[in-house]
Amino acid sequence: MEYMLFICTDPTAPKYVAAEDNIAEWGAEMESRGVALHGDRLRPVSDATTVTVRGGEVLVSDGPFAETKEWIAGYDIIKCADLDEAIEVASKHPMARFGKIEIRPVWPLGE
Amino acid sequence: MAPELTDVQTAVAAASTDETARITATLIRVTGDWNLAEDCVQDAFARALADWPERGIPRNPGAWLTTVAKNKAIDRLRSAASEKRAVRELAILTELEGLAEEGISNPAADDDRLRLIHTCCHPALPLEARVALTLRTVAGLTVSEIARAFLVSEATMSKRLVRARAKIRDAGIPYRVPPPELISERTGGILAVLYLMFNEGYSATGGDSLIREPLVREAIRLTRLLLALLSGSPQEPEALGLLALMLFHHARRNTRTDAAGDLVTLEDQNRELWDSAAITEATTLLATAERCGTSRRIQPGSYRVQAAIAACHMTARTSDTTDFARVAALYDTLARISPSPVIELNRAVAVAMSQGPEAGLSLIEQLDQSRALEGYYLLPAAKADLLRRLGRKTEASHEYRRARELAPSEVERRYLGRRLAETLAETKEKNETPTDDPQQR
Repeated sequence: MEYMLFICTDPTAPKYVAAEDNIAEWGAEMESRGVALHGDRLRPVSDATTVTVRGGEVLVSDGPFAETKEWIAGYDIIKCADLDEAIEVASKHPMARFGKIEIRPVWPLGE
Repeated sequence: MAPELTDVQTAVAAASTDETARITATLIRVTGDWNLAEDCVQDAFARALADWPERGIPRNPGAWLTTVAKNKAIDRLRSAASEKRAVRELAILTELEGLAEEGISNPAADDDRLRLIHTCCHPALPLEARVALTLRTVAGLTVSEIARAFLVSEATMSKRLVRARAKIRDAGIPYRVPPPELISERTGGILAVLYLMFNEGYSATGGDSLIREPLVREAIRLTRLLLALLSGSPQEPEALGLLALMLFHHARRNTRTDAAGDLVTLEDQNRELWDSAAITEATTLLATAERCGTSRRIQPGSYRVQAAIAACHMTARTSDTTDFARVAALYDTLARISPSPVIELNRAVAVAMSQGPEAGLSLIEQLDQSRALEGYYLLPAAKADLLRRLGRKTEASHEYRRARELAPSEVERRYLGRRLAETLAETKEKNETPTDDPQQR
């Protein structure tokens, strides 16, 4: 199954420590296991744009999470046997310690 | 000779309790389809009710039911497979056909039930769904029974179950016993579900009393089942502790309310009426838990300590001879394992019982000032009792009033109202005939 990991910030998490960031190690392990398909960081919420079309009119605004202190800082698409493996993969990601990770199953079109 | 209808009904009911989870679990493992598995098992029971009165109750009802349920599943998958020609379903068919029919003697069947409990209690499911799913799938309760137990409509409960099953499928929650490194944390979650189920049935607040008792029995039965399957695991002492705790509470079931349905406190309960067999079993279980915990160097967890506290109460001949110093020390341990203001309150009460009301009251007052238990009726209730024992009747009646306003159920409100009336009467008595006053004596 494919899962999308939303790598989220969390203001209540322990402070980020660069020395404890093992993202390169995580990436290497998941790649060698054939788990990691694709992933990257995302620019902050202040750089986000929201598009809505209502009554045929395109509305562009900033946001949408301008008010919240938590935002999605990155993403990874992984391929796992089941949710337990996805949990294991997510738990090894450094941002599970410095932030939090939401696991969402991918729902392919037509299924 | 054809059996009596009542005999058949008894046999079907017994098989339902003993076999439903086992057969369902096996069918889910093989087919991966929860609805199919449940439908086929229900069909098998319906067939039994129609068949057994004529042909007699089979020598091995479990095996009979397994065969029928299995064949139903094969029929349903065959007709589906011929339409879709799905390779996966053909593979399932082959496995189903090779399935051992003696569900009972098949050791894999126990593993299937363990798988089922772990899947129903997966931490990715919301807690209420875990309880509901366990009751439905592992304990075999009907949707309407579960809905009544949790005071929600049948439609709500049904939706909750549908969503939980959809999540199991769509999020890829595996149907298996987790690997050893996950067993500890997952089993903790299962014990929590079973304890929640027990408390739901045990707490006297609201609801239909008819369904509450079965809920307690199911929780005890499932804990026994889990225990049998946990043999040798690090979670075994805690599971033993939980079962002991449940049995200690359950042993008092007939004395918690009087004939009028009014609450009777532990202190005033008729100990003669406690279920001594349950107490003996719980005591033995707790001793086993301590022994196996010590030999494997596993620190006691919350259930073991709570069971030890219950043991102090349940094995004392009278309320007065309870070892409250030990109770207070155990609450101390409990507060370290899982800190909570409710535990602090209980500790304060135990301190009051062992060191006198003054010592307890000062702890309760600190707790009251911290506002950690604001709105919790047992705090003013406990405070009122201690104030009353100290002769501070006016303050006591104030606290009883506060407690009564916050009490969640009618039974508890009535009880507190009675204590309030008694305290007020004592105050009045004191004013009119002030015998307590040394100056007047």
